[in-house]
Amino acid sequence: MISHANGLGLHAAAASLAAALALAPAATLAQDFENQVAARQGQFKIMALNLGMLGGMARGNIEYDADTAALAAANLVAVSQLGQEFHWPEGSDNIMLDTTRAQPSIWEDFDDFASKWQDYGTQAAALAEVAATGQEALGPAVGALGGTCQACHEAHRGPELN
Amino acid sequence: MRRFFLFLVLIAALAAGGAWWISRPQVLPEARLAAIAAVEADAERGRLVFHAGGCASCHAEDGAEGEARLVLAGGHRLESEFGAFVAPNISPHPEAGIGAWSVGDFANAMLRGVSPEGAHYYPAFPYTAYIHMTDRDLADLWAFLQTLPEADRENDPNALAFPYTLRRGIGLWKWRHLSDDWVAAAPSETLERGRYLVEALGHCAECHTPRDRWGGLDLARWMGGAENPSGRGRIPNITPAALDWSAADIAYYLETGFTPDYDSAGGTMASVVKNTAELPASDREAIAAYVKGLAPVAAPDAE
Repeated sequence: MISHANGLGLHAAAASLAAALALAPAATLAQDFENQVAARQGQFKIMALNLGMLGGMARGNIEYDADTAALAAANLVAVSQLGQEFHWPEGSDNIMLDTTRAQPSIWEDFDDFASKWQDYGTQAAALAEVAATGQEALGPAVGALGGTCQACHEAHRGPELN
Repeated sequence: MRRFFLFLVLIAALAAGGAWWISRPQVLPEARLAAIAAVEADAERGRLVFHAGGCASCHAEDGAEGEARLVLAGGHRLESEFGAFVAPNISPHPEAGIGAWSVGDFANAMLRGVSPEGAHYYPAFPYTAYIHMTDRDLADLWAFLQTLPEADRENDPNALAFPYTLRRGIGLWKWRHLSDDWVAAAPSETLERGRYLVEALGHCAECHTPRDRWGGLDLARWMGGAENPSGRGRIPNITPAALDWSAADIAYYLETGFTPDYDSAGGTMASVVKNTAELPASDREAIAAYVKGLAPVAAPDAE
């Protein structure tokens, strides 16, 4: 009777150890990737701010200035040149986290994601070529750049969280 | 007791017969079909109807760009709580697509949700919006579709849960939800055009308006935002209670995908912007005017 009870106790101890072991990797997986998500969202905010200058000038809401346009475009190019290796750890998607709209499709087809990021760099460089040449060049170049944003968002970004 | 039982059976039989009668697929009257067939169709004008109608968003390959958006091979999966609806091939291929249809077949499909074989289509195909289409737009769109490339992709079956596999039941759904009444008033020419683009061709409410448990749109919360049927997140409330963009901002967004903060459209809305970018500026302005004039829908207190 006593040995049976001990047996049960051992079983219980073994079970709770097993549960603890099972939880350990889950706890690692469930990390919030706070810094990585903040870093990558920060770079998109830099893009938005600089695109806002260029788009505002293209629409005539901000007075065109060649130096300002060139600087904003150079910033967009600079973001495209940041190595993305540390910004997108596997598991930092919108199924695992409440802080991101990044879809798991990014990691399911990382080549596609990388090529869309490259398209952004290509259009940012094209925009930088023309940004200082005059207000009328901005509209088409900003539009082409926006197309690369949307192509990636269509495939890899989920809807707003709330 | 026996008589009472017989009475119940009789009532049940009458109810079943009534439901069967109500749920029958109803096609357009002959006079309307004749009027549509008589339109001198303009395929080039139909191209704009095609873009305004958002056909490519479901019937072209997911993520397709440029000319690839004109290959209407189908295959897009619309996930919902009822199961997955798979968009069919509507290219002019005579067997795999709809190349063997008449314009009348097309009209019954678009305006009444009834197939050439006389079966109901699921309302994932937004005939509840297209029901408002003019004869001319319908005929022009049909003419445009004839000019597109043939695709031989075979259709995949829908993946629906029982009892939604019973198509006849859609007839009862239509009885409740298929109506050619407009939702918003349109006191000016611009607003009337905007309403036509939003409520008819663009079928914006399909995503932006919440649904009841039977999948019918909750007209009291028109464009008030909804659960994302296909995954996480919400489709935003675009009434003035939640969206404070100017009309110019909305029109610019529909042209470029940029929000006033220079965030950019994502998910299915990125595909919508590809369509609206093809429209004349006056159409985007009309949509913006309509959206600015929507009745405000406050956010639900708690969810």
